[in-house]
Amino acid sequence: MKPVVLKGGRIVDPSQNLDETGSVVILDGKIADAGASVLNQGAPDGAEIIDCAGLTIIPGLIDTSVHIGEPGAEHRETIASASAAAAAGGVTTIAMMPDTDPVIDDVSLVEFVLRTARDTATVNVLPTGAVTKALHGSEMTEFGLLKQAGAVFFTEGRKTIDNALVMRRALTYARDFGAVIAHETQDRDLASSGVMNEGLFASWLGLPGSPREAEAIPLERDLMLARLTGGLYHAAKISAAMSARAIRRAKDDGADVTAGVSINNLALNENDIGEYRTFFRLSPPLRAEDDRLAMIEALRDGTIDIVTSAHDPQDVDTKRLPFAEAASGAIGLETLLAVALRLHHNGDVGLLRLVEVLSTNPAKRFGIAGGTLITGAPADIAIVDLDAPWVVSEADIVSLSKNTSFEGARLQGRVMRTLVAGRTVFAQE
Amino acid sequence: MTAQAPFPPYPHRHLLGIKGLSPLDIENLLDRAEAAVAISRGADKKRATLRGRTQINLFFEASTRTQASFELAGKRLGADVMNMSVASSSVKKGETLIDTAMTLNAMRPDILIIRHSAAGAAALLAQKVGCAVVNAGDGAHEHPTQALLDALTIRRARGRIAGLTVAICGDVLHSRVARSNIVLLNALGARVRVAAPSTLLPSGIEQMGVERFARLEDALADADVVMMLRLQRERMAGAFVPSVREYFRYHGLDQAKLSHAKPDALVMHPGPMNRGVEIASAIADGPQSVIQEQVEMGVAVRMAVMEALLEGAAS
Repeated sequence: MKPVVLKGGRIVDPSQNLDETGSVVILDGKIADAGASVLNQGAPDGAEIIDCAGLTIIPGLIDTSVHIGEPGAEHRETIASASAAAAAGGVTTIAMMPDTDPVIDDVSLVEFVLRTARDTATVNVLPTGAVTKALHGSEMTEFGLLKQAGAVFFTEGRKTIDNALVMRRALTYARDFGAVIAHETQDRDLASSGVMNEGLFASWLGLPGSPREAEAIPLERDLMLARLTGGLYHAAKISAAMSARAIRRAKDDGADVTAGVSINNLALNENDIGEYRTFFRLSPPLRAEDDRLAMIEALRDGTIDIVTSAHDPQDVDTKRLPFAEAASGAIGLETLLAVALRLHHNGDVGLLRLVEVLSTNPAKRFGIAGGTLITGAPADIAIVDLDAPWVVSEADIVSLSKNTSFEGARLQGRVMRTLVAGRTVFAQE
Repeated sequence: MTAQAPFPPYPHRHLLGIKGLSPLDIENLLDRAEAAVAISRGADKKRATLRGRTQINLFFEASTRTQASFELAGKRLGADVMNMSVASSSVKKGETLIDTAMTLNAMRPDILIIRHSAAGAAALLAQKVGCAVVNAGDGAHEHPTQALLDALTIRRARGRIAGLTVAICGDVLHSRVARSNIVLLNALGARVRVAAPSTLLPSGIEQMGVERFARLEDALADADVVMMLRLQRERMAGAFVPSVREYFRYHGLDQAKLSHAKPDALVMHPGPMNRGVEIASAIADGPQSVIQEQVEMGVAVRMAVMEALLEGAAS
């Protein structure tokens, strides 16, 4: 493999607290050196030189909440199409949710995903394992064997484990293998038939609402169990201010907990639903503007560690329905970085911090290679024009499904090139 | 209701809800409906206003009364009316609302009347078809012709709506009738109160332009109009209220509670009634009840709405 030099860009690497103009040298798919010190060194013999003047070089994004339809719903998204969408969005590693059909609750399914990814994907695709068999919420899966086979962490995907004892045992047992349990919480009874945030807006629309407490009550339970067991817990997608407060308290208590947020809950609020726009039916639901601002604050102050796209491809057959009957979810891999950059452009969150929550932190929390430009790390890199304006258009979407919440949105910041292990897997035309 | 169309044009393509209508739009529709009352009361009840036009009633939720009212309204205006019976249709075979709509649309109707259990269904349909759409009730969202017929009933009895105190009582949480009425009555300057067990009030009700009461008697004090809402049977068995008898005790309209309202207060109900649950029979059939009048006004309002929509579509 030819050496590659990314020449003369702004290098932003939170893992080294680095933000300086410099170059990156890639040898054998790994970072050989990065920074200002290599700017004026000669390139290795026969190296491919990529001019990065005016561009920003960051470790590739690591997206830890990606739904893929393979196996079972390949018309929505395959591992190959999700990989292509990820590459277009500067995402070099995706953790794939286990709620496929069949569920990833067995070593053979983990192997299937890894094999399919090896044969068809250009970015790193990491399977996650179900916490319980068939996502039924009762019997634990084989954490040890699944982890050894390549499951990167354990989660129930969209589902919440209702039974506190099951959650306690899962946290306790997973700890023996150093495995993180990532959980999206929604109390089934309290959320009831709710399809959006409970409040005045839902009341006028005549739609059943789901209160914030439906998210926070099982979250508080989980956080208590994390304290009790010493287990590794990740609140996968929080959306409410009260959830952020709960996480903050648990962290103060020294529990081994982290929190994630969907980009949608940082960028949108319930008013975006407008007249029953089903592309804004999401899980967790879009909340009030106060909650959105609380998510940004929690991201800034370190309460929230990880931002995900919550990529969830849905077809017209599941979205072109009355709001309450439509499936929840939106795609997001291709827009994740540009939407996140809104927070940088409007001064809410610094660039280093943004890259940290999109790349460095998920790598650290889940033991994923990448998230850094340090010597020896895999050369998983996104090259970004931070200021380039563009408009999201359905026609340009790479993902097999087109259910974006950002159709027509004007974004600033474009992925120009994506490299995985030093190989260019996407380049903007 | 003459060929000269003496009424100001209706400025919208559809009637999906009261929200979005101006007070003037509402008044104009009520004026039109007033004229339609005369047609229904005459010996010759048939006009040619909508002759040659096709009206399809697409009812995904059974509703004998509303469907009959729309059917009669269309026929009195001379339209060809077709009722889509959902029970025997392909909707039950998994065809989606949109597929059904596209199929019907291809048959080139001039107006579609839709009733559906999902909020927003009428708006979704309106996006996909080329004809006028009337929302005949979508989930807990809106039921605009019901609010219009209620307003017409009140206006005919009291001569105005502005300044009246109207108490809407019962299951506001699940009621599209309540939402449409809250919007309309506020638009026309009435004072709106709601009374219900708190489990049957939607979140944020205080910001919906109403005054809320937990006690029915308090809501009725000096009220000009009492609107009772239907409480569905499945909601009475402990989920929202403990029992029918407890509900009737505290929230059913009987003579003792009604005596708190003005002596000539109107008693209304959108039907069908649960006698002995939300309303005592003696009240439903009593001198203050205008429930039958509401049914009559329903036909007139639906004639007015369809005429206004199709007049706009023609021009």
